[in-house]
Amino acid sequence: MTSPLAIQLMRFAFLALLWFFVYGLVRVIRAELRTSSAPRVPAVGKPRRSKRSGPGDARPARGALSQLVVVEGSLAGTRVALTGKPIFIGRANDSTLVLTDDYSSTRHARISETNGVWYLEDLGSTNGTYVGQSKVDGPVPLEAGVAIRIGKTVMELR
Amino acid sequence: MTVSHRLPTRRNTELLYVVVAAFIVACAEAVVEITRDNRMSSHVATYAVVSLAIGIAAHLAIRKLARYADPVMLPCAVFLIGMGMVMIHRLDLGLAQQATESGDTYTGVAAASQVVWAFLGLGVFLVVLFVVRDHRALARYAYTLALIGLFLLLLPAVLPARFSEVNGARIWIRVAGFSIQPGEVSKLCLTVFAAAYLVAKRDVLSLAGRRILGIDLPRGRDFGPLLVAWLVSIGVLVRNHDLGTSLMFFGLFVVLLYVATERVSWVIIGVLLFAGGCFVSYHLFANVKQRVDVWLHVFDYMQNQGYQMSQSLFGLGTGGLFGAGLGGGRPELVPVAKSDFILSSFGEELGLFGLVAILAVYLVFISRGFSAALLVRDSFGKLLVTGIAFSFGLQLFVVAGGISRLLPETGLTTPFLSYGGSSLIANFALLALLIRVSDAGRRPPTTPPSAVTTESGPVPIARVASSTATSDATPAGSDDDATEARNSVAGDNTDHRTSGGGR
Repeated sequence: MTSPLAIQLMRFAFLALLWFFVYGLVRVIRAELRTSSAPRVPAVGKPRRSKRSGPGDARPARGALSQLVVVEGSLAGTRVALTGKPIFIGRANDSTLVLTDDYSSTRHARISETNGVWYLEDLGSTNGTYVGQSKVDGPVPLEAGVAIRIGKTVMELR
Repeated sequence: MTVSHRLPTRRNTELLYVVVAAFIVACAEAVVEITRDNRMSSHVATYAVVSLAIGIAAHLAIRKLARYADPVMLPCAVFLIGMGMVMIHRLDLGLAQQATESGDTYTGVAAASQVVWAFLGLGVFLVVLFVVRDHRALARYAYTLALIGLFLLLLPAVLPARFSEVNGARIWIRVAGFSIQPGEVSKLCLTVFAAAYLVAKRDVLSLAGRRILGIDLPRGRDFGPLLVAWLVSIGVLVRNHDLGTSLMFFGLFVVLLYVATERVSWVIIGVLLFAGGCFVSYHLFANVKQRVDVWLHVFDYMQNQGYQMSQSLFGLGTGGLFGAGLGGGRPELVPVAKSDFILSSFGEELGLFGLVAILAVYLVFISRGFSAALLVRDSFGKLLVTGIAFSFGLQLFVVAGGISRLLPETGLTTPFLSYGGSSLIANFALLALLIRVSDAGRRPPTTPPSAVTTESGPVPIARVASSTATSDATPAGSDDDATEARNSVAGDNTDHRTSGGGR
């Protein structure tokens, strides 16, 4: 009943259908790229916080972060320059900032930069890392003057 | 501020493509039946409905539990599972015909059990998506999972052959009529472990070391984990006669090491170690040597060990550019085509043109995995997803290399496509993890924008629900106040989700 011609037609139509599916998937990905290259965060909260949320003045504020300063604890007064390389904090000798605090772990925390933002990440320490009042659980963006506490040591970015 | 996060979730796109995928599956089955028997049976509806049911159930779960997840992954998976079922059914038909011609009866109905496995896999998918609300919680079970993974990986090698050997490869555990291939599950466990381990240790691994010949060499004592991975993978190669698992396991570890430390030296060392290990085991162990011989001179062994591979090559040759048409070839002539050699069945019936389309769907799937890794903020999530996506890619490479004689024959299955319960279920679990992490990565930032966070990616700590509370609680005052308010909200929230954070 089905002619050889029809079977040949089906054979090629199915191949075309397969590639149509692939094409559709690629189109979705392309649409994704368009939306994600648009600003991820529209100017939310503009009325209230307009003095700080404009993209224009974001840069100078970020550029102001130049050092990590220990403000409390046995190392108070120590400064580490922010150069773009990650800063490791802990009791290990090869840390960038070697703590002598009994409450800190060998590899306690790491401060690193991504796209101009400095993030603090706990490296599985025993006693935890705190930013302000809250315990750090994943990477947390840091801002100038926010207290980072590890054991008895308190430090901040300036 | 409350309604400003209107980033498209694209859940409707996902649904649309799930439906398209199920439609293609129905077409495939219809083509098979019309070509073979000139009529359509109820199977066309069965496979379409099964794919659609799996796709829609998973889709609804994603809508509920991970609404920002990538919209492309699920349709790809549904497409591959459905096409796999159609091809397995087509091989069943072929084998039944073959048996009738030689006066036997073929009783195996692999396609029906594949349908059952697919529904079980869907169950696992739903459970993983429901239980793992925050992928970071998995890091806490890293060592437990590593133990389970290694145990499963090495168990077939230790068990007596009658419990572990199927068709010459000792990669099975056979208990009470069930055969489980533990490699896939152990892959899942070991990926989670490697990601968690490297997040904790990557600083040690990337900091210290000397520079020789332009390569940053790591310190001697940091070699430990790599050496353990190497020994295990060589052990698997020699004891289980299984180059595929061995290559995949070691490749996964080396790539994660490279991604975690950003040092090419690990890749160079890894490749050299593996090549050296293969060379030595080729000369030391007769079974490895014989496998390589069969691979290199497959037509000399055409009637015995090389039969499967040479039939696969003939099948691909018959397929040519555009294939024999679904139902028009004889892919059943390749022994156990439905598991290890299913890609060659597709190559025979759809030709190079169709096979590449299927590989392109895999490519899309894997690339979405990597893009999820780029989007997610936390290191563990990044490494986990990179590992999963890479292992899919490597597995596909090893399988495609195996059927086309680029690599020696391996016992690896094709993800989602191949017949096999353990593999399908493990792949569903991996899919759930991919979706979970991609949801975390694509969830819009919920912290109120300030000078610092304006241009950064999403910060996965706070949740949508907290955004209103945060913005209301944030006074328009100094920056320090704002930060503190935000952090306390974020902190509370995290406690709900991970029930106790990381430690």
